Amino acid sequence: MRHISTFFYTLRQGIANLFRNKWYSLASIATISSCLLMFGVFYSVVANFQYIVKMAQEGVSVTVFFDEGLSDQRIQEIGDIISARAEVARINFVSADEAWESFKEDYLGEYADGFGDDNPIADSANYEVYLNDVSRQDDLVHYLEGVDGVREVNHSEITANTLSGMNKLVSYVSLAIIGILLAVSMFLISNTVTIGISVRKEEINIMKYIGATDFFVRAPFVIEGILIGILGCAPPLIAIYFIYNRVIDYLSERFMMLSQLLKFLTIEQIFSILIPVSLAIGIGIGFIGSFSTVRKHIRV
Amino acid sequence: MITLDHVSKTYSTGAPALNDISLHIDPGEFVFIVGDSGSGKSTLIKLLLRELLPSSGQITVNGIDVGKLKHRQIPKYRRTLGVVFQDFRLLRDRNVYDNVAFAQRIIQTPGREIKKNVPSMLSTVGLAGKYKAKPKELSGGEQQRVALARALVNKPPILLADEPTGNLDPNNSWEIMKLFEEINATGTTVVVVTHNREIVNAMKKRVIAMNKGVIISDEEEGTYIDEAY
Ligand SMILES: Nc1ncnc2c1ncn2[C@@H]1O[C@H](COP(=O)(O)OP(=O)(O)O)[C@@H](O)[C@H]1O
Ligand SMILES: [Mg+2]
Repeated sequence: MRHISTFFYTLRQGIANLFRNKWYSLASIATISSCLLMFGVFYSVVANFQYIVKMAQEGVSVTVFFDEGLSDQRIQEIGDIISARAEVARINFVSADEAWESFKEDYLGEYADGFGDDNPIADSANYEVYLNDVSRQDDLVHYLEGVDGVREVNHSEITANTLSGMNKLVSYVSLAIIGILLAVSMFLISNTVTIGISVRKEEINIMKYIGATDFFVRAPFVIEGILIGILGCAPPLIAIYFIYNRVIDYLSERFMMLSQLLKFLTIEQIFSILIPVSLAIGIGIGFIGSFSTVRKHIRV
Repeated sequence: MITLDHVSKTYSTGAPALNDISLHIDPGEFVFIVGDSGSGKSTLIKLLLRELLPSSGQITVNGIDVGKLKHRQIPKYRRTLGVVFQDFRLLRDRNVYDNVAFAQRIIQTPGREIKKNVPSMLSTVGLAGKYKAKPKELSGGEQQRVALARALVNKPPILLADEPTGNLDPNNSWEIMKLFEEINATGTTVVVVTHNREIVNAMKKRVIAMNKGVIISDEEEGTYIDEAY
């Protein structure tokens, strides 16, 4: 009973604190908002970049052709051997007829009629092999060329190397930018917290004179900090929600010819990560900021 | 009730602010502490509040060795001391009622008791009807009454006051002192640091005079004589 009323008192005071120091609260919310906006924009860019790279990687395949007249059983065995490799994500058998159909579609269009029902590439049955790690394509190709019954292995060297190189680059750049963002956030927040100290110092002193425990003094400030963190999440999320689709639309239109390559994440996919992470960062910053500020002044 | 045994306090800078002070105050006493500015009166109050630790010597309050208190024991100890300062030290952003209620919330008084105790305390100090005012809307005398109500609402056995009338006009000073006297009459031990010669001389209480960190006189029904003159 007593503790419940103390709990509600603390909660009320935390909310009241927000309004008592309006400018401090606004400054703190703005600081957290700008940190989270930087984070959100950065995350959207990096997540899409990695998504594009991943999509492109998944499209990269190695094509395996067989010796002329190879038995269906041996083809099946080769399929099993390939599937068993760790770097192989999945394989897809393409019969000679399917290969011909798709060739006609892609390259011949209406001229294909001239060939009648004959299949001029009768030995073109193959496996399309998709990798889960493009950087290991060379190993795989080398291995496949040595397998009995394999006539030829086709692959695109440039794509594979470019993609795995790009992925590494994105990882390094991400790390660097996260580092810079953290440093900037810390700087902004420690400044805001310092502004708040002068107001709080006197108040905390008085409370301690009267015999308030550290917990009793600190709890409303910590609640205030957490509320500031939560409020700080809203503006950047709302901003990103409205800007994101416009930017995606613009990019898709501007780079129409790359539409095969440019596949973007939906706002829902972005938000499924961004909302919880923003909340965690906002609440974390608000909690640590207020907790440590009060801590400095509580030893009275 | 309050005992200082060979207490000295030296700040990191300069000469000792208190130099080998010994004194004893019994329960229910009313004591004035007087002396020039810089003679160590505030330092003495801060030691009693355990805002500072003595450099040497022992301070006992209500049987508690104040120097041996652990950090987490300090709040509970301070609740046995009502305290009033020259600059009132009210929570600026809260109204009169909340300032006084705050002291009760600290000790987890149930809400319905707070609703009884706070108005009754405010009318004792003559502030009934100003519950909703913020400190800055009150005169100095009124602010000091709020501070006094806050100091007393938990019924501490000891009231400490450091120059409580320093910012007040003579009329308000007298009224605050009258309140101290009433509180003392109910059994509370009262220790008042003051510069107010007229009041000290008129009230005929025990007077401890300090100068440069030492006690130079300690008399029942004493008067405020300045050694410099
Ligand atoms: N925080 C402090 N740091 C250093 N010296 C102090 C501090 N507080 C008080 N003093 C010194 O201690 C002496 C006593 O001060 P104080 O107790 O405030 O005297 P009073 O209240 O009688 O005017 C003075 O010389 C003062 O300058
Ligand atoms: Mg003083």
